[in-house]
Amino acid sequence: MSPAPAARLLGSLRAPEDSRAAALHAGAWWLWALGLATAASRTTNPLLLALLVAVSGYVVAARRTDAPWARAYGTFVKLALLVLAIRLVFAVLLGSPIPGTHTLFVLPEVPLPDWAQGVRLGGQVTAEGLLFALQDGMRLATLLICVGAANALANPARLLKSLPGALYEVGVAVVVAMTFAPHLVADVQRLRAARRLRGRSDKGVRAILQVALPVLEGALERSVALAAAMDARGYGRSARVPRPVRLFTNVLTLGGLLGVCAGTYGLLAAEGAVFGLPLLLLGLAAALAGLRLGGRRAVRTRYRPDRWGPRAWLVAASGGAVAAAMLWGAATDPQMLNPPAVPLTAPELPLWPAALTLLGLLPAVVAPLPPGAGGDRAPAKEDSR
Amino acid sequence: MIRFEEVSVHYEGARAPALTGVDLTVPEGELALLVGPSGVGKSTLLGTVSGLVPHFTGGTLRGRVTVDGRDTRTHRPRELADVVGTVGQDPLAHFVTDVVEDELAYGMESLGLPPETMRRRVEETLDLLGLAELRDRPIASLSGGQMQRVAIGSVLTPHPRVLVLDEPTSALDPAAAEEVLAVLQRLVHDLGTTVLMAEHRLERVVHYADQLVLLPGPGERARSGDPAELMAVSPVRPPVVALGGLAGWTPLPLSVRDARRRASGLREQLADRQPETEHPALGKELARTDRLRVRRGRRTVLHELSLTVRAGETVALMGRNGAGKSTLLRTLVGGHEPAGGTVRVGGVEPHRTPPGELLRHAGLVPQEPRDLLYADTVAAECRAADRDAGAEPGSCRALTAELLPDIADDTHPRDLSEGQRLALALAIILTAAPPLILLDEPTRGLDYAAKSRLVTVLRGLAARGHAVVLATHDVELAAESAGRVLIMAQGELVADGPTAEVVVSSPAFAPQIAKILAPQRWLTMPQVRAALADDR
Repeated sequence: MSPAPAARLLGSLRAPEDSRAAALHAGAWWLWALGLATAASRTTNPLLLALLVAVSGYVVAARRTDAPWARAYGTFVKLALLVLAIRLVFAVLLGSPIPGTHTLFVLPEVPLPDWAQGVRLGGQVTAEGLLFALQDGMRLATLLICVGAANALANPARLLKSLPGALYEVGVAVVVAMTFAPHLVADVQRLRAARRLRGRSDKGVRAILQVALPVLEGALERSVALAAAMDARGYGRSARVPRPVRLFTNVLTLGGLLGVCAGTYGLLAAEGAVFGLPLLLLGLAAALAGLRLGGRRAVRTRYRPDRWGPRAWLVAASGGAVAAAMLWGAATDPQMLNPPAVPLTAPELPLWPAALTLLGLLPAVVAPLPPGAGGDRAPAKEDSR
Repeated sequence: MIRFEEVSVHYEGARAPALTGVDLTVPEGELALLVGPSGVGKSTLLGTVSGLVPHFTGGTLRGRVTVDGRDTRTHRPRELADVVGTVGQDPLAHFVTDVVEDELAYGMESLGLPPETMRRRVEETLDLLGLAELRDRPIASLSGGQMQRVAIGSVLTPHPRVLVLDEPTSALDPAAAEEVLAVLQRLVHDLGTTVLMAEHRLERVVHYADQLVLLPGPGERARSGDPAELMAVSPVRPPVVALGGLAGWTPLPLSVRDARRRASGLREQLADRQPETEHPALGKELARTDRLRVRRGRRTVLHELSLTVRAGETVALMGRNGAGKSTLLRTLVGGHEPAGGTVRVGGVEPHRTPPGELLRHAGLVPQEPRDLLYADTVAAECRAADRDAGAEPGSCRALTAELLPDIADDTHPRDLSEGQRLALALAIILTAAPPLILLDEPTRGLDYAAKSRLVTVLRGLAARGHAVVLATHDVELAAESAGRVLIMAQGELVADGPTAEVVVSSPAFAPQIAKILAPQRWLTMPQVRAALADDR
């Protein structure tokens, strides 16, 4: 092979710069993140969980844009830390069901009446109990961080554009609600600044409370104005669908959903395992058909929907691979993935699941580069936030 | 194209109908301008065309409105969406999506146009409105003029035959307003779109109109006809028309060009006279910035800005949307901490001074005066203002009575008109008697009568030794009230001097009278009127 075609091949393999045409399908990011989240839900090994957080964090750092939703990651990380802290505080205050021998310290115990038996306030705090709470909390925190990564990487509005037509109106409601939150924050800031202009302090709880009413009033007015604007722009136009078809659609959708519920119950309850799966599948099919038929009522079309290309497959598959690896690990070596808190042992890093977790880094190479990050493959330039 | 037959609208609970006796036709491909003082039902009239009145707002509509043959009685707004495009007063309330390109496509998606058509029209509209650079930008990051253009673009893409606009240029600087009007002009001329718009700033739009729809006052019948003829009887008129009236020209001139051609006689008559300019006695220094720099995020909004404001002067602060005018005003009341340089207001550093104390040195009426109002009634608002300022009980009410002579104690601030709300906010700020008074964009939504009242109030303040700084896009207001003009661009001061010197030479910031009588230095109608009165 001559060098020129080789160079061309390499060039075409390089991640393109993010643009509307090259954008990765929002669903791919969500599948990737949900894959990591599934993996996190299967293990309490702190080393593996930390690895998962690192993987998601690296991909976010390498591929997020400057868009407003990209700031969600930091918020989710803070939320995750808060969850972890709350879990630990509860473990300290309320004690832990884990029997432990290594007592760290003893809190004064509050005597509770008889009817509150089984609840304890204060008392002994053991290292085992704390470790258990830490592992448990870390799992939840990792789940949250994975969801945060999806939020930061995928434009939520674009994801909703991929919904079936019948669900479109629900999708718009969600998008509008999401754009509302930033407006609300801006309103609060503006009104607090206005308080200063009247010579009042803009700090303290009272300031926030006094601003709350005008902010809500403003939000209400804006939503009415937006509703008017949307109506005038044709929101909610529907095609005429014959009455029998409409009726049939409703029967299909409702019946399908009932079937799904019954089928799920059958699968979970021991005695219904026989009819569970077929019922579930049947219900699912009916519900989907109902949604599809319902889409006939909607006249709307879609402008430049995201395309599901090879890069989207790769990103989604890398998330799926991480989930599969962890499921496989949990089945073959449960001790390693869920290290017991009693007796106290240092967690070990299981080699294979850890190595396979690194597959989750694939999007940092294949996903389109955020604009402005230049042609280099280095992670996006340092963010000030 | 649009036909009103004996239309009247009555909102529930209102004493008088919001609109009566509208009977007129707007033919296809015309630009019809709706004029009238505040509160005569202009927005209501516009709403009846898109069907939002009464389908969305409630109330009773009598008579009949038809658009392109469709009766709005039987067609809901969404069913008119393919013939009528509506842009309201606040473009921000109009946006459904978060990115420019999606916003342009939204209306077409709702109508179910095929993807190829949508793509083509989005590209065409991006070019038509000069938005191509902004296609991927989040809407929240755009400037006022850009947002207004996106809002217009977003209703243009479904190719409506009628465009309804409520004050499309009020919030824009002169250049951005020209841009938007040029686009409308192109739509009318090239695409045959019918445009119906309401606008207070007649000096910007009246010469573009093919037809004028005049609502002379509440409860009076609407009239429509030739712009020049109707302007003769209109209670609201731009300076160019007022000058034509004064000089007795018929038909009345509508554009600066018309007036200039006929003004040679007037110029001769005025040649040996000088406009009376007041030279207010300047007092002590009230505010001073020295090489002031302010950053917001990573952006430097003010660069090395040095200026002083003295007691007794009125300063107009002008410049593009986003030039840093509002930031400068907010910095003077401690809203931003300087990243470099110094700022002193009445000898103190505003960002380190508690709000209650700072209010004794400087007070700002923000762009949206409503932000300052919290209470349910005017009286409660005034009591709160007295408490905030530590003033004698009743002093705010007395000031309010001075600025707004006939306003009842139990009126809800929300029910006030824009001009009345501004006056109330100004009274609240004045209660603390700050020597330096700052106003951010005070004329948004004000008609000529409210504006001239504001000018009188501002002159009174300056005469009593206050310094007034107003950030404004309204060149007429600046010419009438300010003795000194500052022009800002990209956070820097690019011009600073007496109004006559700064604005006469600038095409964007010169008031109409100055353009007509240039090279003589007349700026406002009152000046010319006074000079001619001496003659007789």
